[in-house]
Amino acid sequence: MRKAMLVLLCLVVFAGVGFSQQKTVYVMHGWPGQQAVAFAKVVQAFMEAYPDINVVTEIVGRDRPAILATRLAAGNPPDVSPIPWLGLMAEWARAGYLVPLDGLVDVSEQIPALTPLGYVDGKLYGTWQSANVKSLVWYNVKAFVEKGYQVPTTWDELIALCDRIVADGGVPWSIGLESGAASGWPGTDWIEDIMLRTAGPEVYDQWVNHEIPWTDPAVVEAWEKFGQIALNPAYVLGGPVGALTTNFGDAGAPLFTDPPQAYLLKQATFIQSFILNQKPDLVPGEDFAVFPFPPIDPKFGTPVLGGGDVSVVFNTGGPLNGTREEVITFVQFLSSVKAQEIWARELGEMAANKNIDPVATYPDPIARAAWQMLLTADSFRYDGSDLMPGAVGAGSFWQGVLDYVSGVPLKTVLDYIESTAVDAYGY
Amino acid sequence: MNPVRLLPRMPLHVFLVVIAFLWFIPTLGLLITSFRTPGDIVSSGWWTTIPGLFQPGQFALDNYLRVLNQEGLGVAFRNSLFISVPATLISVIVASLASYAFACMGFPGRRLLLVLVVALMVVPLQMTFIPVLPIYRKLRLAGTYPGIWLAHTAYGLPLTTFLMYSFMSGIPKDLFDSASIDGAGPLKTFFRIVLPISVPALASVFIFQFLWIWNDMLVALVYVGATPRVAPITVAVANLVTNRGQNWELLTAAAFLTMILPLVVFFLLQRYFVRGILAGAVKG
Amino acid sequence: MLKTKKWHPWVFVGPALLILTFFFVYPAVATIWRSFYGSGQELFGPNVRHVGLANWRYVFTNPTMTRALRNNALWVGVFTPVTVGLGLILAVLLDRVKYERVLKSIIFVPAAISYVGASIIWRFVYAYRPVGLSQIGVLNALVVALGGEPQGWLILRPWVNNLLLIAVGIWIWTGFSMVIFSAAYKNIPRDLLEASRIDGANEFQVFRRVTLPLLRPTAEVVGVTMVVQVLKVFDIVYVMTNGNYETEVVANRMYKEMFNFFNYGRASAIAVVLLLMLIPFMILNVRRLAGQGGVQ
Repeated sequence: MRKAMLVLLCLVVFAGVGFSQQKTVYVMHGWPGQQAVAFAKVVQAFMEAYPDINVVTEIVGRDRPAILATRLAAGNPPDVSPIPWLGLMAEWARAGYLVPLDGLVDVSEQIPALTPLGYVDGKLYGTWQSANVKSLVWYNVKAFVEKGYQVPTTWDELIALCDRIVADGGVPWSIGLESGAASGWPGTDWIEDIMLRTAGPEVYDQWVNHEIPWTDPAVVEAWEKFGQIALNPAYVLGGPVGALTTNFGDAGAPLFTDPPQAYLLKQATFIQSFILNQKPDLVPGEDFAVFPFPPIDPKFGTPVLGGGDVSVVFNTGGPLNGTREEVITFVQFLSSVKAQEIWARELGEMAANKNIDPVATYPDPIARAAWQMLLTADSFRYDGSDLMPGAVGAGSFWQGVLDYVSGVPLKTVLDYIESTAVDAYGY
Repeated sequence: MNPVRLLPRMPLHVFLVVIAFLWFIPTLGLLITSFRTPGDIVSSGWWTTIPGLFQPGQFALDNYLRVLNQEGLGVAFRNSLFISVPATLISVIVASLASYAFACMGFPGRRLLLVLVVALMVVPLQMTFIPVLPIYRKLRLAGTYPGIWLAHTAYGLPLTTFLMYSFMSGIPKDLFDSASIDGAGPLKTFFRIVLPISVPALASVFIFQFLWIWNDMLVALVYVGATPRVAPITVAVANLVTNRGQNWELLTAAAFLTMILPLVVFFLLQRYFVRGILAGAVKG
Repeated sequence: MLKTKKWHPWVFVGPALLILTFFFVYPAVATIWRSFYGSGQELFGPNVRHVGLANWRYVFTNPTMTRALRNNALWVGVFTPVTVGLGLILAVLLDRVKYERVLKSIIFVPAAISYVGASIIWRFVYAYRPVGLSQIGVLNALVVALGGEPQGWLILRPWVNNLLLIAVGIWIWTGFSMVIFSAAYKNIPRDLLEASRIDGANEFQVFRRVTLPLLRPTAEVVGVTMVVQVLKVFDIVYVMTNGNYETEVVANRMYKEMFNFFNYGRASAIAVVLLLMLIPFMILNVRRLAGQGGVQ
């Protein structure tokens, strides 16, 4: 007992030794694994360029919204955090948790399509750290050549291709909707992409802002088009049950069995690292490639749906709008060409700075093709579910996708989402 | 054991072995999966490896090496020890002192307080963060080890007190009488009589409290944060997974590595789960 | 009862009471207060609006919440008796075999696995692969081997999936129940058991007439603990289904309202409901807790 007390005492003394005081920037991100390594390299480059500033990184994955909310309420948030939740950014900005960056950070080098998304009520709150392109369909190049399949350029061609694959005794799609506590989100990408192509970007914005209800014919049509594929047992590997129980990260594997268990996968740029983790021998561009999710109504062309992360600066009571100069220096560095090239090269993900050198930065043709799509899209829209209030975008929308695919009538699903939306938006 | 006695005991053995088998299968699946490649894991069942269990090439240590080579894992392990060992000790000490008073002493409000303590078990700890944390900041406890020891002590206290109380309330009264005759005060009685008798209960409470703290991530994230200098191993392991998904092959290996220490503690403490400590002290 | 000076007991319970007041009583009061206020994530502040009973109406009328309440009842009804009963039986039976330590360890192991680890394990039990492909889930492999069709177990609403989640809970918590029962059982004086054996009682009679009454207090303690665990059940549901397919439970709903939807008011009301749900079980136990002089 006495020994234990002594050990305790020693530990108290040890733990009490405080932090040394130096110019320090605290950053919290949610990228584990490879992304964490890439971000560490960016941070290292920053500390080499600014030796008098120390950067302390916290990585919080799954529970980050909870931890950030708690720390904000308690008054000790980190200085900077790159977040994908733009809806949340707006809420935080209005609650006074975030530092307005107008006049502090230069965003002129950002991809023009992304920049407006960093604004809330006319003020700049978020600078872009990374982007991804969601409107992509992945396929097995060799299997396509072998069977004589062509890359479809319209929705009708896509359906015709599906029917041909079925006629050949194959299964067109591999769909993975399971994602642990976030299950359902891959389906929201489908519906958003379809909506952009059937109703156009303006209606899409109205939908995201809840200016049209979830029961609007435009929304219903997007869901039904998604159902045309996802609910068709012949189109989806394992049918709807397969879609619901397959983890999105495992959905790529069936494309590369011999013979392929499925031929098509709709997923964002980041899925490449999943495919290569499970099939390390594949060569991007040779063994697998992507084509844009095809247009439906020619009027709206081929819009691009994307996602990404914006760096927001939390109000920690500093002299510069609530923050400190070293924090601004760090945020400015994150969006610079140098930082962005390190980040994108390391990951094959999309940079957010338009001035990077794509040939030197992107290791493979797929990433270069996605980069082209991002720069030249007929229209660009951000992932709607991340723009909506959490109760809808990370709640009833995800749940609705799963309910719909598991056989709940569409009207029931949409009525339910609408009721939560009225509640969450307040109108 | 002679066959006449063995025969009626057959159902007993069968029952126990079946239960153990059911309990073991998922664990075995995890263990085997932790040695397989990501591609194999999603394409065939883990049990398909069993017929060729001893063939070379079936299994690889890659997953374990990747987990072990992760930067900062050693620091995270040390942090976990710094968090869980003192926190467990403190909570067991505080809980056994309190339950000693609840079980063996009379004082006004005893019953009400006891019921209240037990009822507090159901308060979801997530709801306590936001009220507690601002005060923590003022007291400069946020981000320190003493701060998280206190937090873990608190979160485990209702259950540990409840368990210790229920055990101590069963201690026969004549033991105290003899102690009083010897002139021992409450502290002396506690160390001389109550604690030694309570060893099996202490051991079980200790092991579970240790486990919960060792496996905790949320409390650590809230009270010490995720900076590598102080974050425990659960936080480090969570960072192994990829951005949006789970690297199952790494997580399975990590699950086993993080389990080793709690299991060692269990095996070490198992010798205290023995009969007779109390039985020997009581004249039936 | 130990003879003490008046202030002695307070020295012993003092630290515990102080800590509990700070970490539980104060936040519990704050939570009750907050349940009458609106969304947002602060406890106090200009953005926090009084909303009367709106959160309470929501808790008791929203279909997702009522479903969560139903599921928690199902958890209490299945998880509690199984973990308590199985833990008791195992503790008593294992005491009679030579391989006690090995089996105890096997049943204890799930308690040592983190929830993340446990969720992966059970993925590989419940995993689904379409007909014709090789199954990677134990359960479906078994079903297919017996000539059945593979099932997407966790989406079979509402009974199968809920029961399968409860099975995971039982797998994790039986070890706890067993260890506590075992510690108590080993403290029953052997001569008591032997005496009734000599009186001609068979093993079952010894168990019923001697062991069971003596373990009754322990059973109540374990029972209360299990009920509390069920009311708070969160991690299993959160990682396996996140409450989809009608598997929602109260604590998971609370987490979502609090940290995903940033509706502190509703989350508070839900948390208070958890407290209220415990009351019936406390009343059942209060007489034992209170009536007992501590020393029989």
